Amino acid sequence: MSEINREAVAHLARLAHIEMTDAELDRMAGELDVIVDSIKSVQEAAGDDVPATSHPIPLTNVFREDVVGETLTNEQALSGAPDSADGRFKVPAILDEE
Amino acid sequence: MTELIRNSAARLAELLAAKEVSSVEVTQAHLDRIAEVDGSVNAFLHVNTEEALAVAADVDKARAAGEDLPVLAGVPIAIKDLIVTVGQPTTAGSKILEGWMSPYDATVIKKIRAAKMPMLGKTNLDEFAMGSSTEHSAYGPTRNPWDLDRIPGGSGGGSAAAVAAFEAPLALGTDTGGSIRQPASVTGSVGVKPTYGGVSRYGAIAMASSLDQIGPVSRTVLDSALLHEVIGGHDPHDSTSLTDPVGALAEAARNGDVRGLRIGVVRELQGEGYDAGVQERFDESLELLRGAGAEIVEVSCPNFRYALGAYYLIMPSEASSNLAKFDGVRYGQRVLPTDGPLTIERVMGATRAAGFGDEVKRRIILGTYALSAGYYDAYYGSAQKVRTLVQRDFDAAFAQADVLISPTAPTTAFKLGEKLDDPLAMYLNDVATIPANLAGVPGISVPGGLADGLPVGIQFLAPAREDARLYRVGHVLESLLEEKWGGPLLAQVPDLSASTAETMSGAN
Repeated sequence: MSEINREAVAHLARLAHIEMTDAELDRMAGELDVIVDSIKSVQEAAGDDVPATSHPIPLTNVFREDVVGETLTNEQALSGAPDSADGRFKVPAILDEE
Repeated sequence: MTELIRNSAARLAELLAAKEVSSVEVTQAHLDRIAEVDGSVNAFLHVNTEEALAVAADVDKARAAGEDLPVLAGVPIAIKDLIVTVGQPTTAGSKILEGWMSPYDATVIKKIRAAKMPMLGKTNLDEFAMGSSTEHSAYGPTRNPWDLDRIPGGSGGGSAAAVAAFEAPLALGTDTGGSIRQPASVTGSVGVKPTYGGVSRYGAIAMASSLDQIGPVSRTVLDSALLHEVIGGHDPHDSTSLTDPVGALAEAARNGDVRGLRIGVVRELQGEGYDAGVQERFDESLELLRGAGAEIVEVSCPNFRYALGAYYLIMPSEASSNLAKFDGVRYGQRVLPTDGPLTIERVMGATRAAGFGDEVKRRIILGTYALSAGYYDAYYGSAQKVRTLVQRDFDAAFAQADVLISPTAPTTAFKLGEKLDDPLAMYLNDVATIPANLAGVPGISVPGGLADGLPVGIQFLAPAREDARLYRVGHVLESLLEEKWGGPLLAQVPDLSASTAETMSGAN
């Protein structure tokens, strides 16, 4: 068995900013445990002499001319926001203080 | 059902060019079909009636004025709702984006507009393209036109079902681990995952950026080739976009000939785990190709057995990062916590809890785990090494064969709900399609016949940048099989008009 228990899932959910109920944490821990157990076999195949591949087709960095291209207007950029004010995205308090 | 909607896109283009029908007639016929059957199929999340008819009318006017028009001008198309569109909502099948209107078009949408193709609407998908059955959509599952109690595949079940039910002649899909090819397989339609970078990903909401690829969905191989030519090509907005020209894909389909072509049967993508009926149709296709002059060889890809595991580490890792942007600040829904202090962090937690479904949460947590300190080398690092091994397997196989062949999926369409509570069983549907995404090579699924009345798909894979080979061999197999069947496989799909009436009265 792997080490995904309820406490581990609670920690991961906090990192991923997803609130979860106790029931959800329990269910997810069970499911992830089974999934991780079945995919950990990748470690068997991954010898020290095998290089990692991050990208399917080899690429070099792509540059463009340093000129202003197509951009969204301020209005377009804010058009889908749940809340905005003075041409900016508006969010609740950043810090948990009065 | 009018006969008009049974035509392929290529045939519709001919009829339009000859002015035998107008684009308004063609578009209206498909809108009528959607109105008739989509209540039970649920392939569409949004129907774009007004704009589609306006574009169609423009095309008709331009044609009447003698203007030079693109090949597919006036031929309507459906768009997977993972691709952003101005003027139509984009939801990605998720509650978190309900009602969201993109302020920009994806590159493929700009190309569709330039090609003057009326967009019929947006098609259903598993939430953020995560799934193999379209049951993970926040807007209800799409149903398979062959049997409304069965899944249409996923994640692009909406696009595949739309073409299989004659609601659209063409559609766009996205394929991260098989989301175009597996739905094609179980609905008796055609789906292509182009070479990674062959079609711009700009404006496709990203799941796993190193695996995602937009591609064509259709009823015939030639139609996919024609659509691929419209959407392919270099795009400066996508830094992973290939600079190669698209290539003469429709010509490859039209001039198909497999004499002397070496077709490699992948030993690891058949046998155990594959339904007997699937294997029978597969063997039958092999014999037809052999009879047409192809040389059938066996190849071995021993590391494919690790591909599923590597995929379920790499994909969630990239997805957990890509989906971090859905935080209730810049777009989409915002949900406030029911109690406690109202901070941005708690608002994000509540927004993502309410906005994401179970499968999306599962993959985000799995990806967060795989990337976390202490596990990174063991999981993500190992998976990236497997990716190298899978690529080496492909290199060795393509040294022996020009194209590879396998069943597209191990089974035919299963019943709705059958695998919903067993994520691992659901993941196994993609076992034959995933290797192509890990290596970036192109793949096609073409109908291979029926097993117990349900479609079986045959997959071909080609080396990167050799997409033309798929159209060549795909079209040959399609022709050989249609000759045997006496027509296209989808000519045998049940008449949905009758079942729609039945389902509607039963459900409501």
